[in-house]
Amino acid sequence: MPTTDKTLPRIDPVGVDGLLVTFGERLSEEANRAALAFRAAAEAAALPGLAETANTLASAYLRFDPDAADHAAMEEAVAALLEGRDWYGAGLPQGRRLWRIPTVFGTDLAPQLDEAAAAAGLSPEQAVRSISESRVRVLTIGFAPGLPYLGTLPPEWDIPRQTQLTERVPVGALTVAIRQMVLFSVSTPTGWRHVGQTGFRAFRPEAETPFVLRAGDEVEFVPVPASDYASLEASGPDGGATTEPLE
Amino acid sequence: MSRVLKVLNAGPMVTVQDMGRPGYLASGLSRGGAMDRLALHEGAAILHQKPHLAALEIAGFGGTFEAGEDMRIALTGAPMRASIDGTPVVWNASHALPKGARLTIGAAETGSYGYLHVGGGIDTPEIMGARGTHLGAGLGRTLQAGDALPVGKDARPDHVGLRLDPDARFEGGLVRVMPGPQTRFFAPAERERFAAETFRRDARGNRMGVRFVPSGSPFASDAGLSILSEVVVPGDIQVTGDGTPFVLMAECQTTGGYPRIGTVLPADLPRVAQAAAGKTLRFAFLDVDAVTAADRAERRRWEALPGRVKRLITDPADIRDLLAYQLIGGVTAGDDPDRD
Repeated sequence: MPTTDKTLPRIDPVGVDGLLVTFGERLSEEANRAALAFRAAAEAAALPGLAETANTLASAYLRFDPDAADHAAMEEAVAALLEGRDWYGAGLPQGRRLWRIPTVFGTDLAPQLDEAAAAAGLSPEQAVRSISESRVRVLTIGFAPGLPYLGTLPPEWDIPRQTQLTERVPVGALTVAIRQMVLFSVSTPTGWRHVGQTGFRAFRPEAETPFVLRAGDEVEFVPVPASDYASLEASGPDGGATTEPLE
Repeated sequence: MSRVLKVLNAGPMVTVQDMGRPGYLASGLSRGGAMDRLALHEGAAILHQKPHLAALEIAGFGGTFEAGEDMRIALTGAPMRASIDGTPVVWNASHALPKGARLTIGAAETGSYGYLHVGGGIDTPEIMGARGTHLGAGLGRTLQAGDALPVGKDARPDHVGLRLDPDARFEGGLVRVMPGPQTRFFAPAERERFAAETFRRDARGNRMGVRFVPSGSPFASDAGLSILSEVVVPGDIQVTGDGTPFVLMAECQTTGGYPRIGTVLPADLPRVAQAAAGKTLRFAFLDVDAVTAADRAERRRWEALPGRVKRLITDPADIRDLLAYQLIGGVTAGDDPDRD
């Protein structure tokens, strides 16, 4: 229960021009909702000197113009905003959607399924069923442009990141660690294990909406055979995904 | 001919850079921009224009460039061997590059990143509000032979033959660090050891981050491999699984899952960026107030660079430079209309 930790929410400086408001040391439903709601409130309050805000899984980051504010002033304004609302009881963002994304699990396209399944104490078949039957939510967008952190998976998926980075996973890679998944929007090194491959492009710089997914959206990864991958990838940036409004 | 800078050949990592693309952290896109922001300020001061104009960032060695029409250039950052139509030209200075003239930029003599600025700035189309290439996000790409870069209108086409004293930052040295949200994951003894350690700049490093190898044993944290991914900013010193620190740079991700022992002062990031492989660095921890004061002082110093621009005085036997200068009065201080 996050609210029993008297040190939370906590305000810490991040570099010369930013601060972090932490609502949970571990990911929880309440801490994630609190972080999303607090960031929205900080934007709406237009705190003096505020330049930009962002969310991580259980925290909100606020960047300020160091000529218009300083850490002391920003901390005071943030502390005042934190007062007077139960952030942990906040609802989810509006306008959420459900995405169903065709996914090839394992094979040469996603070579770490067996290894990840073993770390979770599952057979590869059980692992695919567990992931594909879990409807996960976009907990936050970050790391790379448009990249969703998705969760939460069942407890057996509380597996650590790798100690050595995988040199590169492709765009559309579905990876797993610590009961979360990341669907990669760019090709990058990662410490997460590559268990599935999709044709979904979460970052489309030339499009009117470059960043496709939003915090609060829900996602299901629908297993498809590897032989379908080429046509899904060729079908466009959605990679065969479908979407519908939630609520 | 049109107002372009033609790329006849280019080194492997020449990119258009500016002050980056702020405002997209919530969508996971880091700001990016030049690795050595001071160099952008220096080039702007020498050319008497604004520092947000785009320039070419050159890692390693440059290449050969040809002027599509008369233009002027400035060269800043890591000093590189440079010549115009075969005649050597001075680094950290501005020069005329007449139509058809060829500028050749070789390898860095010291440091890592050199910058080629043009009067009016590189005027490639903006992508999502900026021109800076963000390789990690796939915005823009490295330059190639055959590229022709549009150059903006130059308000002061005769304003050349000026220079700045180099601001030494190419040999490693001491950088200032402030604690952050995850500093507490490192025991006090580990923090003290970190602050006393001398780190060697590893060969591994790019626009996302630069690896530093301790002379002693690796650094341990209490965070383990299962901490929540948390916000990261350029300058964060991330200690990866094997206990060696990476300093995250202009094109870092927006979140990361490895613990961070502190954050390098932005004004000291040029020193980190410019330390070539093998150079050594040390980290000094300052508290928030001291860092804030140092940051303000450094930013004022960067903004005051136009007042430190001098006339370029070279060997009188060097005919090109004599022809190239327009020895003008009232060079800079105080007459700047609108500088960021």
